[in-house]
Amino acid sequence: MTTPAEELAEGLTRVAAQHFGGATITDLKRLSGGASQETWSFKTHKDGEAEALILRRAPGGGDGNASGTAVGLETEAKLIQLAAEAGVVVPTVRHVASPSDGLGSGFIMNHVHGETLGSKIVRSEDFASVRPKLARQCGEALAKLHAVPVTSLPPLRLSPAIEEIARYREVYKTHGHPHPVFDLAFKWLSDNVPADDQSTLVHGDFRNGNIMFDPKRGVSAILDWELAHVGDPMEDMGWICVNSWRFGGIDKPVGGFGDRKDMFAGYEASGGPKVDPDRVKFWEVLGTLKWGVMCTTMYEAFKTGMDRSVERAAIGRRSSETEIDLLYLLAAD
Amino acid sequence: MQDLPTSLEIVGVVSDFMREQVLPELEGRTRFHALVAANALDIVRRELETAPEANVMEIARLQALLSSKETDLEALNKKLSDHIETGALTLETPGLKEHLWTSTLTKLSIDQPKYSAYRKAVKENRT
Repeated sequence: MTTPAEELAEGLTRVAAQHFGGATITDLKRLSGGASQETWSFKTHKDGEAEALILRRAPGGGDGNASGTAVGLETEAKLIQLAAEAGVVVPTVRHVASPSDGLGSGFIMNHVHGETLGSKIVRSEDFASVRPKLARQCGEALAKLHAVPVTSLPPLRLSPAIEEIARYREVYKTHGHPHPVFDLAFKWLSDNVPADDQSTLVHGDFRNGNIMFDPKRGVSAILDWELAHVGDPMEDMGWICVNSWRFGGIDKPVGGFGDRKDMFAGYEASGGPKVDPDRVKFWEVLGTLKWGVMCTTMYEAFKTGMDRSVERAAIGRRSSETEIDLLYLLAAD
Repeated sequence: MQDLPTSLEIVGVVSDFMREQVLPELEGRTRFHALVAANALDIVRRELETAPEANVMEIARLQALLSSKETDLEALNKKLSDHIETGALTLETPGLKEHLWTSTLTKLSIDQPKYSAYRKAVKENRT
């Protein structure tokens, strides 16, 4: 009987032989596994030279029917390729799996060196010299990302602000436990919805933790495209400012490492339209509230018996973190 | 009336036992989950210390804000939620902002006293 890892190694060896010129596979290692995807690292060897690659695939090598808000893996690969053409730093996609590869739904990309651990970007001495440049670089990357022509995109969900608010309000109300600060935020959001809907590519999870940083060069790859959609580009700028992703660096709103004005300057210098800070704040409030509601959703998974882990139970008590963040955003004076 | 030790004493001694004797023996994922478990016990410890008095004060604030004689804390909070949702109470309503800050800071002092925004609030004398 072969283990899933052995089966995967066999599949990858076949793919390497067909697409990477007779290579062999070593160092196969599982990096992470979410509900929607698995990430593996491995090396191919050809003519005595090793190359580091990454596989993203559906859990257990399934067909990866996209669930909920996540895009499918073929879509994710296509988006990364489109972003690369638009000049966004992303890992190069090397191969999109076909059914004959036996890997399930997924794709193979180059391994990019760097650090994604948010707390290290915020605090490690290794990033001290590059840290002041990172917010501007994030703005530059977002300007290019938002400029990807909408007509070139694969089918993506549309998520205008008003629908996002309604979706999360319904989840919150269904749980039934009162969070008056959430109601305050829902009311504020409903009263402050941007007058016009904009429709560009939105990364959807652009935050410290999903960006690869190099200690010398700074931003080296934008990762984790599975929540991409078409919507308001300011959503991405608001999300990276949510305090939950500042890793304790509360006085540096951009990811805990930088200032908004530097991100906005980088955005405008790279061809992005003039940034309206109020619009970014709207999305920061909505992002903070979304994370708060998600914490209560994870508690629901515990309550219903779907996941009885201590971790799942305890995360419900983290919704209060977003409540204090919302009060700082809406009621600080 | 229950006998001694108190629930606070029991939770405290179990948390100390986990940190001082169990955690050093563990590694990997089990260690991580045991640490989460010890932190969860500390939430209970802080709640047992703080909540009884804080809840009495929260009920009094809510009764005043809502002009209500209701004594159930969850019912009062549901009513507050409804009033905020409909706009019957706003941040301009005297006492609402102070109430939300006080209640939220109490939650944080129990749930996550190390959270950056809570530390900031303590530094700014909001507590």
